[in-house]
Amino acid sequence: MSMAIAAERPQATAEERCEYTLRLADTSLVAGQRLAEWLGHGPALEEDLALGNIALDLIGQARLLLALAGRIEGRGRDEDALAFWRDAAQFRNVSLAEQPNGDFGHTIVRQCLLDAWQLETYASLAGSADTELADIAKKAAKECRYHWRYSAGWLVRLGDGTEESHRRVSEAVQDLWRFTDELLTPDALDARMAECGIAPPAAAVRERWEQRVAAALREAKLPCPVHQHYPWHGKRGVHTEALGHLLATLQHLPRAHPGVSW
Amino acid sequence: MNEDWVLYEVFIRSRSGLEHKHVGSLHAADARMAIEHARDTYTRRQEGVSLWVVRSSEIVASDPEEADALFEPARDKVYRHPTFYAIPDEVKNL
Repeated sequence: MSMAIAAERPQATAEERCEYTLRLADTSLVAGQRLAEWLGHGPALEEDLALGNIALDLIGQARLLLALAGRIEGRGRDEDALAFWRDAAQFRNVSLAEQPNGDFGHTIVRQCLLDAWQLETYASLAGSADTELADIAKKAAKECRYHWRYSAGWLVRLGDGTEESHRRVSEAVQDLWRFTDELLTPDALDARMAECGIAPPAAAVRERWEQRVAAALREAKLPCPVHQHYPWHGKRGVHTEALGHLLATLQHLPRAHPGVSW
Repeated sequence: MNEDWVLYEVFIRSRSGLEHKHVGSLHAADARMAIEHARDTYTRRQEGVSLWVVRSSEIVASDPEEADALFEPARDKVYRHPTFYAIPDEVKNL
């Protein structure tokens, strides 16, 4: 029976698969770069290490996914070529990932919203029809489970903390919530990938994301904002200005010294 | 360092079947954070499969002033070491 379904299932083109893989890859890469900005600036040595560890997990995910996207594309671009030699408009990360760190609470809120999405997405992708993607997702899901544990723990600590910490994370939730619609609302490519059995059905990810985030906000004594339809299109290459600045830092060394190794 | 954060001692079990060993200490605001910090600080290179954290203030330590009374008396009791005893030739399996 599953054979029959598989036979009837539409097949995604290489271009579509590459594009979809880049959305995941770039989201991990950009989020990892953002967290790496905290190195040496964390509120405590232990937090420096924690944020650095999470950044390295994310960059590790990005390497595997970019290499996969390069293989699917078949034009000889490897992970470095894709990370360092594309410009902002060619990046496919969700807009939330590129938002600046702000204060520690702001970073924690961004990570919470993103971690919950990555966790649910990767957990579902473990059953993807693209077996290479499924293997990467299985590893990434374990990492993201810890990332969520870390960020949700801090969300509660700050939300249910002092008056000032509550105010700061509360403002961050209000500020960043508008970027969550892009995570949860499928566009044509997401829908097509789900049809082909590669991506999870968006409705399932949305439901689990909403439950997870709502529970954390409740525990943190933060109100759950109302849903906002906001037209962010990071995953289609239309980014906020923050990405250009991030890429300047990420890319300047290999661009200034092409082929350099360090 | 936030003054609300307290010191925790960290113990790691390196493999199943082995005991937890003290590896160091760190600061954290609560037990959950202490486990996370211990994970991030002490198990980044696959050092362990299980963690314990204990508030340092919960540890009862012996008083260095009493070291003589506590530990000196054991010094001349060499017969408490198995190596003190000669093994008779007749004993084949020990």
